[in-house]
Amino acid sequence: MPKVIGLRCRECGAEYELQATHVCEMCFGPLDAVYDQAALKKVVSRQRIEQGPTSMWRYRDLLPIEDSVAVVTLGEGLTPLVKADRLGAELGLRNLYLKNDSMNPTNSFKDRVVSVAISWARAHGFETIACASTGNLANAVAAYAARAGLECFVFIPVDLEPAKVASISVFDPNLVTVRGNYDDVNRLCSQLIESTPWAFCNINIRPFYAEGSKTLTFETAEQLGWKLPDEIIIPIASGCQFVRHRQAARELIEYGLVRGDRVPAFTGAQALGCAPVYNAFHSDTPDRVLPVKPDTIARSIAIGNPSDGVYVNRIARETGGVVEAVTEEEIVDAMRLLARTEGIFTETAGGVTIGVLSKLARAGRWQGDEVVVAYVTGHGLKTADVLTSANGHARRVEIEPTMKSFREKVSL
Amino acid sequence: MAQFRIPGPLRRLADGHVTVDVEATDLVGAIVALDAQYPGFKDRLLDENGDLRQFVNIYLNDEDIRLGSGLGAKVGEKDEISIVPAVAGG
Repeated sequence: MPKVIGLRCRECGAEYELQATHVCEMCFGPLDAVYDQAALKKVVSRQRIEQGPTSMWRYRDLLPIEDSVAVVTLGEGLTPLVKADRLGAELGLRNLYLKNDSMNPTNSFKDRVVSVAISWARAHGFETIACASTGNLANAVAAYAARAGLECFVFIPVDLEPAKVASISVFDPNLVTVRGNYDDVNRLCSQLIESTPWAFCNINIRPFYAEGSKTLTFETAEQLGWKLPDEIIIPIASGCQFVRHRQAARELIEYGLVRGDRVPAFTGAQALGCAPVYNAFHSDTPDRVLPVKPDTIARSIAIGNPSDGVYVNRIARETGGVVEAVTEEEIVDAMRLLARTEGIFTETAGGVTIGVLSKLARAGRWQGDEVVVAYVTGHGLKTADVLTSANGHARRVEIEPTMKSFREKVSL
Repeated sequence: MAQFRIPGPLRRLADGHVTVDVEATDLVGAIVALDAQYPGFKDRLLDENGDLRQFVNIYLNDEDIRLGSGLGAKVGEKDEISIVPAVAGG
């Protein structure tokens, strides 16, 4: 018996057969994968997970890929959950953890969703994989398509960071650079799905793609000794992964994998230069997320028209979380703070997450003993250019190769 | 006549048509005209307050209407109105 039994509309509940589509014909709402929960309840256990592979595929029972399917994997997931004592000390948090997802094969969280998406697409007969991307998704899609031996088309805004373009190009996909921002790229791709037989990871196979996000929260709970934390800080782009993390917490509780039934507070992080969800959260109408034109160095999360923004705000409110935003300067400061205190080099999106964590901590959000986890979703080398410009490294000196010069220039 | 572009998943509602021509002077009028031809579009595009539903985007030519004049935007003879369901990112 298949464990994924169809698709269901998140808004009106209309049900559909399993297929590559993402929109409800009845109400235009988003579709989610539906599992045979009764069957899964008999199978899913901590022991079964702990005996699984040392990758995110240990949670395969809770992913939309049937047991008979060969998955496309580069060993994604099971990234380190680091107890951040030095950063915690600066912020007054004694139980702060960082889920370092920059340790994935292409150095971002996207490997989780793409491994699921491409596994699903290949198993369902697709020969070409595609995506619209702010960089990290394209990087993962290009790598996993190469691994799977599938044709690949990736669409990105023309002005992406050079490091991201290089780390996409090396996998030799068909790279289409679009003169516009991410929202323009997405709109183009939404129209392209009608005339191509392609699996667009973030569009027509989104219901399966999105499910891969859940593994980040599954792992966090397992690495905390099968406990959910008190609060999780998550960067917000479209809001897609935020929504799946709430679902992951629900599944951990429903399947009895964690003790108790307490749901963490889910808190979202945005850059003020692209903060449509934050703007709505703090307005009188949080259910109306108005699009913005992005203008931020946090390019990987610069989505001006976030599809799941409304759901982010609902989940944040329901769970006692908030949506907070930081300035460009605070993003770079947070990247340096994280590196200086914990030895982790994150990209600008990670700077947004740590920036929001710092801002909330300094504003007195926590007493100090709460278990707080921040999701660090991408590696710093992807956006290193923001550190080489403007305010350089204050402790850098240049010397002659002599002891004299060293003694003159370096204060010990 | 302005012309609606109907995305694949929603085409069943429009009897399979990719485009639908409507006579209207503004966007709300265009949606009402579309609904008159193929009943059901209005309730799917607009919520009970008459606002565009969150998970639907409408582009007037190449501009997201939420970034422009909204549903009150004027619609001219050769304008193209695209309905684009929201998608995930990033």
